[in-house]
Amino acid sequence: MSLETILTGLAGVLAAAAPVIFAAIGETLTERSGVINLSANGKILLAAMAGFAVAVSTNNLLLGCLAGMLIGSLVAAVVAFSSITLRQSQVAVGFVLALMCRDLSYFLGNPYMGLSGPRIPSLPIPVLSDLPVIGVIFFRQDILTYLSYVLIFAAWVWIFKTRPGLMLQGVGEKPAAAFVRGANVNRMRYIYTLVGGALIGLAGPTYSLSVKAGWKGTISGLDGIGWIALAITIFGGWNPLRAAFGAYLFALLQWLGLVLQPSLPDIPSQVLQVAPFPLMILTLLLVNIGNTEWVERVLASLPEGVRHAIARLIRSLRASPPAALGTPFEQE
Amino acid sequence: MQRNKIQWTNIAFQLGAVALALGFTTLVLLLADAPPLEAYKNLIIGSFGSTKKFSDVLVAWAPLMLATTGLLVTFTAGLWNIGIEGQITLGAIFTTGVLRALQDTSAAPTLILILAILSGMIGGALWAALVGALKTFGGVNEIFGGLGMNFVATALTLWLIFGPWKRPGIGSMSGTEPFPEALWLPQIAGLRLSIWSVVITIAALICIYILLKGTYFGLRLKAVGRNMRSSFILGIPTWQYMMASFLLCGALAGLAGAIQVTAVYHRLIPSISSGYGFLGLLVAMLVNYQALWTLPVALFFAALNIGSIQLPIVLKLDSSLSGVLQGALVLSVIIMEGVRQRFLKAARERS
Amino acid sequence: MNVELIGICKTFGPVKANDNIHLRIPSGTIQGILGENGAGKSTLMKVLSGFIQADQGVILLDGKEVRIHSPADAIHYGVGMLHQDPLDFPPMKVIENFIAGSPGKIVPNSKEVIARFYELQQQFDFALDPQAHVDRLTVGERQQLEILRLLWLGAQVLILDEPTTGISSLQKIKLFETLRKLAAQGKTIIFVSHKLEDVEQLCHRVAVLRRGQLVGEATPPYQMDDLVQMMFGKVVSFGGRESYKPGEIALELKGVSIEDYRMRIGPVNLQARKREVIGLAGMEGSGQLLFLRACAGLIRPTAGRMVVNGKDLTGKSYHAFLKNGVVYMPASRMEEGLVPGCSLMEHFVLARDQAGFFVDWDGAKKTARDQIAAYNIHGRPDSTVESLSGGNQQRALLALMRTPASLILMEHPTRGLDIESTLYIWSLLKGRCSDQDSAILFISSDLDEILQYSDRILVFFAGRVSPALDAASISVDQLGQLIGGRGWDAF
Repeated sequence: MSLETILTGLAGVLAAAAPVIFAAIGETLTERSGVINLSANGKILLAAMAGFAVAVSTNNLLLGCLAGMLIGSLVAAVVAFSSITLRQSQVAVGFVLALMCRDLSYFLGNPYMGLSGPRIPSLPIPVLSDLPVIGVIFFRQDILTYLSYVLIFAAWVWIFKTRPGLMLQGVGEKPAAAFVRGANVNRMRYIYTLVGGALIGLAGPTYSLSVKAGWKGTISGLDGIGWIALAITIFGGWNPLRAAFGAYLFALLQWLGLVLQPSLPDIPSQVLQVAPFPLMILTLLLVNIGNTEWVERVLASLPEGVRHAIARLIRSLRASPPAALGTPFEQE
Repeated sequence: MQRNKIQWTNIAFQLGAVALALGFTTLVLLLADAPPLEAYKNLIIGSFGSTKKFSDVLVAWAPLMLATTGLLVTFTAGLWNIGIEGQITLGAIFTTGVLRALQDTSAAPTLILILAILSGMIGGALWAALVGALKTFGGVNEIFGGLGMNFVATALTLWLIFGPWKRPGIGSMSGTEPFPEALWLPQIAGLRLSIWSVVITIAALICIYILLKGTYFGLRLKAVGRNMRSSFILGIPTWQYMMASFLLCGALAGLAGAIQVTAVYHRLIPSISSGYGFLGLLVAMLVNYQALWTLPVALFFAALNIGSIQLPIVLKLDSSLSGVLQGALVLSVIIMEGVRQRFLKAARERS
Repeated sequence: MNVELIGICKTFGPVKANDNIHLRIPSGTIQGILGENGAGKSTLMKVLSGFIQADQGVILLDGKEVRIHSPADAIHYGVGMLHQDPLDFPPMKVIENFIAGSPGKIVPNSKEVIARFYELQQQFDFALDPQAHVDRLTVGERQQLEILRLLWLGAQVLILDEPTTGISSLQKIKLFETLRKLAAQGKTIIFVSHKLEDVEQLCHRVAVLRRGQLVGEATPPYQMDDLVQMMFGKVVSFGGRESYKPGEIALELKGVSIEDYRMRIGPVNLQARKREVIGLAGMEGSGQLLFLRACAGLIRPTAGRMVVNGKDLTGKSYHAFLKNGVVYMPASRMEEGLVPGCSLMEHFVLARDQAGFFVDWDGAKKTARDQIAAYNIHGRPDSTVESLSGGNQQRALLALMRTPASLILMEHPTRGLDIESTLYIWSLLKGRCSDQDSAILFISSDLDEILQYSDRILVFFAGRVSPALDAASISVDQLGQLIGGRGWDAF
């Protein structure tokens, strides 16, 4: 394999990770406020279809992207309304929406199947794109990929370095404490669910107008992406930087799967495409296993030095969800 | 409010939920420039229009019902077994494996079929046990463990179809080489329906109903589902019960997969689960996890699936309309339940 | 700031939590609010701090009428409240807790805030590390953080709800020092407590609430008897202690050590005999809970041996302990004891050993009726447990305890119950001692309960465990000293 193939391959990895980053960070923001939005999988499909349909009909890429975000917010609004206002199970509503939106996208997208549509052009950044190696990998992308770079850091700064971000952490952690600090807990949850939904929605057009341009219904290859984004949110420990790392790792593995395919002719491509999943399960296992009771029991039976060393190791790997995730808040 | 009045309110809200779902679906149809009444008519004719069509509904109903029955067990234990899709798939893979291994031997076809179906149940149970072990020993939420295992199961199917089990010549998406008719569950003449799959399904439903309502196992499982910590303190071995519920659900899902292979497709195909696992989750949610109601609702959902098959031919509409209607129903029932609770609370506060 | 409460009324359903309360608190005062659990102290403070709104009545701050709609509103007017369980964000840093909720630019200037933080904490000799995570702090330190935060936000009135629960005696001294300093600066301090000695030490004036009404006010020197009479209506006099002749050893601990990430307990040696009641005293979080859970097999000790009825069960699971006659009753009834959504009848089936494969529902109904009558539970066999009152839930838990039990372990057996229920529950427990030879170990934060019902007492302080003390010969004072961390050199 030539160096150039590798470099363009890596550039492709960054582009392919962009929609996953949008979705995972959108979900991170949502869950940080204490709401689980399980609908991502269907939402991304519906947003991809809608974004493509709008872009084809209006020949306007921006409108396509906005349509995707609007769809994302609308679906998120259903989750927010039924869980925050009506206090029904977030998991149930999200799951139903994940299935229904998928079918909705296939049904409504039928007339747009296989049409050729506009595609977001790549936009090499002057000067930077001429840098050796780095320029090829990072700076010959389209605007959405650049946006994904920005989003990672913006979300991180917002959550950890700003006043509203600290309050966001607080709302997901202990809503009562946020409330005495002046937060309108349920309104904040609505806002972050809608904003997070818009970001998850943006993942749709990022696929249908760029990464996997077009709409091909059930064979679009997008079914499953939303579930991956949810897993990456957990893998990322509700931190945008770690989530982005997860998204890049995922895209890298998928690319490697394709690259390695010729040397493994007996294995169909679909098999290599799922290679990240066992790895994902394994990492979920690693970050969660410290929370289980039997580990504590086993630890208690070990000699002291070993016990403290292992306990430290486990604690450093552990990722704890926002404490109030999934529980409604009722002020007295 | 009097009890009577509350009951009428409940019925009104349930009817409201159905109306809401129909309204939404009609809107979607109008959006797609399709005649709503035509579409609904086709759904009904396509599923109940003839004996043949209704028998097709039953063909779909059996595996869907088996999956739903299994899910009743995991829901009772408070678990979201989203991994059921993979469990159905593994059931199908194990069944296919045994059939392939024994089809050229001199063993009696009946014996081969029984062995194949039993191993299908084992396969499903094993796949569920993995999710259960990840949950109980690894702290991995069953929703994410299950999703991951679903993808792995799909990959495994594809690998088998294109690899070791490929058809003579070249592997294709149409699946493995079909089995000889001797290894099919016997079908009613002229129809695709095997009476055996219906019998097995009803037997499974009865067993699970009795298990959940009448036995210590069922009661303890309910307690574990409602409050795990209290159950543990009361002396119930909680993780064993959770594992047992995963195994039981997995076995029933595996049975559904075995039925798909022995009574429906007679081979392994890439999407062998037909999405019945996820659909079963919707059915269980729609009936609020009451065992007996699953029977008619699963039948209705199966009818929608079958009825929608002719939509692309007759009306040039995608068959995913059934999924839209099913999802809309469950969603509006959940939403109306929330509205009803608020309504009753407000009524209580007024009086 | 002068605080004036005029005619505050608040009802919850049939209960008058606050009944026409009038109270004037001048600026610079430390005002004590005394009362039993459920006297209406918390409600009154929640009204003043904006958590809830009064049905009737007026709040005046410096003579001006204010309407306080939310806690944020309250702090805007200069009223800040410290809750008993600190309302902070444990996984976040001290400085992040300090900043969250403060007004200012979107991106706070950390350097400036940290400088301000140090400046404030220097005034009171606090030594908090702004970069530490709050879940690593003690309750006392979290209080300090909240005090600093409220002062930074401009609090002129500081309400403290049971602030001396769960903090060390050193931290308490510090806290009192701080409050005096604040009062001297002209701030108004409202100190809510049910601990007479704290109030006596600290407060300039005391108001006593009982059953939602303000029943009296007092200034130093306080007459303890009067205060007690105001709080309880009449001085409660207990009957004589009932003891039974101890039998053979039910539980023996040999050098048992227990550890979690914040505390190390033991090694403890103890022999608990049948028909004996041992009370575990200490401030909450001193290690008694870990100890009791270890005795039940819920936590595995890191060293030592545990013998139950002559059988070595060291390192065995909770269920092995249960099979050997060890019964555990947690304090949080609905979280760790009962199963919401299940009926009383179902609970009785769950708590008994399995008999066959199918449940005999008719038999179960009969058992449930018998037990409901025997334990005086107000409910029907098909009542779900969440529909019962607290006292009935507690009696149901007692009815669910397995028999025979050689060792009964209980967290706060009567917390939150009225006198009648308390007496009834203890008569049942004593009955188990005398009739079924059970040994009882129980945790209580109520010293009277410990002294009244225990034969021997174990005192816990910051993970240290006293030898078993004879309850008949120890005085309330001695016990109080030990709980507060004094007099341990004698052991």
